[in-house]
Parts: sequence; structure tokens; C-alpha cells
Amino acid sequence: MITIIDYGAGNLFSVQNALNYLGLENRVSRDPGEIRSADGLILPGVGAFPDAMRMLNASGLTDLIRKEARKKPFLGICLGMQLLFEAGYEFEETAGLGLLPGTVQKIETPYKIPHMGWNSLTFHRSCPLLEGIHEGESVYFVHSFQAKTQPECLYASCDYGTEIPALVGEGTVFGAQFHPEKSGEVGLTILKNFGRLTK
Amino acid sequence: MLAKRIIPCLDVRDGKVVKGVNFVGIQEVGDPVECARAYMEQGADEIVFLDITATSDNRDTIVDVVRKTAKQVFVPLTVGGGIRSVEDFSKLLRAGADKVSVNSSALKNPQLIAEAADKFGSQCVVVAIDAKRMEDGSWHAFVAGGRKDTGIDAVEWAAKACELGAGEILLTSMDADGTKQGFDLDLLNAVIARVNIPVIASGGCGSLAHFSEVFEKTGADAALAASLFHYKELTVGQVKEHLRSRNIPVRI
Repeated sequence: MITIIDYGAGNLFSVQNALNYLGLENRVSRDPGEIRSADGLILPGVGAFPDAMRMLNASGLTDLIRKEARKKPFLGICLGMQLLFEAGYEFEETAGLGLLPGTVQKIETPYKIPHMGWNSLTFHRSCPLLEGIHEGESVYFVHSFQAKTQPECLYASCDYGTEIPALVGEGTVFGAQFHPEKSGEVGLTILKNFGRLTK
Repeated sequence: MLAKRIIPCLDVRDGKVVKGVNFVGIQEVGDPVECARAYMEQGADEIVFLDITATSDNRDTIVDVVRKTAKQVFVPLTVGGGIRSVEDFSKLLRAGADKVSVNSSALKNPQLIAEAADKFGSQCVVVAIDAKRMEDGSWHAFVAGGRKDTGIDAVEWAAKACELGAGEILLTSMDADGTKQGFDLDLLNAVIARVNIPVIASGGCGSLAHFSEVFEKTGADAALAASLFHYKELTVGQVKEHLRSRNIPVRI
């Protein structure tokens, strides 16, 4: 059972549609018991870093998420990925969940912002979520901020005039800057791989 | 590197995909969910539903179509046609649309762009512009399916929409639309020079060469086509293979 964490900032139902399509048992919830008992957790998110962190803190789930993310497969998507880092600099400095080392900053590129569309992946380290996916395949991004992290946390990146961390993680914690639920077959494969980790 | 996007557009009326026959009759030709799925499997980077439902009673049929499509289609979905308010945005986004496109309602009330961008983020606000060339060489924005001249300069309107917070411009040339003579490169270049958001080229493509031409000769980020894909004159896959052979970055 995968619990999609509902804290008021999310593309919850797109993620849920994809999990349902793949036959992965899931529920959308903010109940601490359903977060604790889940075999895997997904933290979605759209919007701005400070708002999302505020909502997460207001939900009272921040500490529980920090603890549970170390115990079972945990996937942050888009803004949910950015929240995994120590701090964000969108509008103002905001503390993140601190599950991964690094910060989240405005993308510096000669190209258009937001970085929106399909971009191809460059692999850095082997990652169970990338099983069955080939380097150079593309996934769908929509974002204006990006993670700045350590090489040991970087599974895959893309090039947008600057290196953008696409898939990051450490241990049970994973973060996807792109939207696997909108990335066609490649995205579904990533979610299927995540589902397999929870079994 | 960011890929150039190929976007099939489906006209939907009363919950069914329809297609005009010689601008007179309209034929029902299929189920939107099935059509969208088929395009996704061909490699479509995004799907656009243009709702042409005429009566207000049936306005919500598109919401239902979006909800069903979102359960089976896992590439971004844009919905346009008849969107008048932030509430309409909200309904469609909640049903699973990723972007909503506005046209005449935004011309009437440009603040709709700002309100929607503020509430849902620029990335889901697409401003569709139907432009037609005037005798003096400028372009005007037209409404009512290209029948009514608003008198508004289309290039200025694109620039204003961008300032108001639009995330993307869907630019249709009314002169090129239906001609199969190629995209209107002059119009595209004029608009692209004035905005710093992605522009989707629409109207006029009739061959593989038109797709490569639009990406080689303009800064368009995406190309949209309806009939060409609908009548299977070309598949999305063929277009992408052609673009790749011309070294234009695409997602295969």
C-alpha cells in the first residue's frame, strides 16, 4: 500500500491515476496512522516552496514524514522533490525537510523559464527506479527552481543550459524533479519500479 | 536538451471527437479517450482538446471527458474552448487537465489571465490567439472561429498576455489554417520576437517538410496539428522521425 501524502499542495489525482493504471494499491491521505502503516510514500507538490512547507508544517506531518522517509521507499515529485532538501530560496529562505543535502535555487540559464517540456536524462549513478530505462530517454518537466546537491545524491540529470538534477536520492529517499505521472511510458516505468520497491 | 513538442489537437463536441467536413457538416468520429490514447501511443508529447460544444447545457461534458482521459493518458493534457472564469479553470484542472487555454474570454477580460496565473501558476495558462493578416501587414486577433475581427493587434496582444502571466501562446494563423501550405512563419517570428514564453505553432501544416521548416526558421517550441493526424495523413511518429533526421531534438 502506497500512501500519497495530502497536505493541500498537490497534483494528487494525476499521481493516483497513474498508480491505479499500474495496479499499485494506493490511498490519498493525511492520516498519521496511514502514513506509518504504508509500505511506500509519495510526496507530490505544485506551487511555491514556502507555501508548501507552511502547509506541510501546518498539517503537523513534517516530523513524521522525516522519520518515515528513512524507513520505507519515499518519492518526492516536482516541488515534493525540492522539499526534500535543506532549504529553498523561492521568495525567501525556507527550511526544507532536510532529508537530502543541498538547497533549491532559481534556475540560471540562457533559456526560457520555466523549464517546461520533455528533456532527456543523463545517468550518473545506478538507481533502482531507472531499471528498464535507457539513458537519453525523456521525461516531462515544469519548474523554475532546481536542486543544488552533492554528486553522491544524483542519479540522473538533464541539460537546460545548466545541469538540472532530475532524479536524486539517498537510501530509501528518492526525488524526481520531473513528473513521472506525465512522462508517458518512461514515467510509468519509474512509478512501477517504485511500486516494486514497496513490496 | 529540451525537445520540440508535437501536439495533436482533437475537436470535441458534446463529449465526442468531431471533425468538420468541408466547413459545412460536422461528423462524429470517435471517443476522445480512445483518440487521445492512440496519439499518446504514437508519441504525442501533449494532447489538446478543443471543446466546441455549442450549448451551455452540455458545457460540463468536457469535464467528464477530461476526467476519463486523465485516468488513461499520461502525457500533459491541455483543454480549451469556452473557458470563461477562474472557476472553469479550477474544474478542468481538478478533473486532470494540466493546462487550460483561453481565447475570446481573455480578449474580453485580460485580467482572467492574471487571476488564473496567480491562482494556479503560469504553467497551466495557455493563451490561444487566432491571427489574421490585415492589408497594412499587421495581424489582428479574431474570435468566433475566425469570423470576427476584434481590431486588436495580435502581436501586441501576445506580448500583453505574456506580461499578464500567460505560460504559453498557442498561435493559429487563420490565413494558413486549412491550406496545407505550411505554417505562417512571418506571424510566428513576429510573435516570438515579443514574448519570452513558449509558442506553439498552429495552422497550415500539410507535410513533413512543414514541421522541420517551422523549427528551422522560427523559434517555435511546439507544433500543433489536427486534421493531418486525424485523417492519418501522417502519424506523430513519422513527424518525429523526420525531425530527428534533420537534427531537430525530439522525444522518440
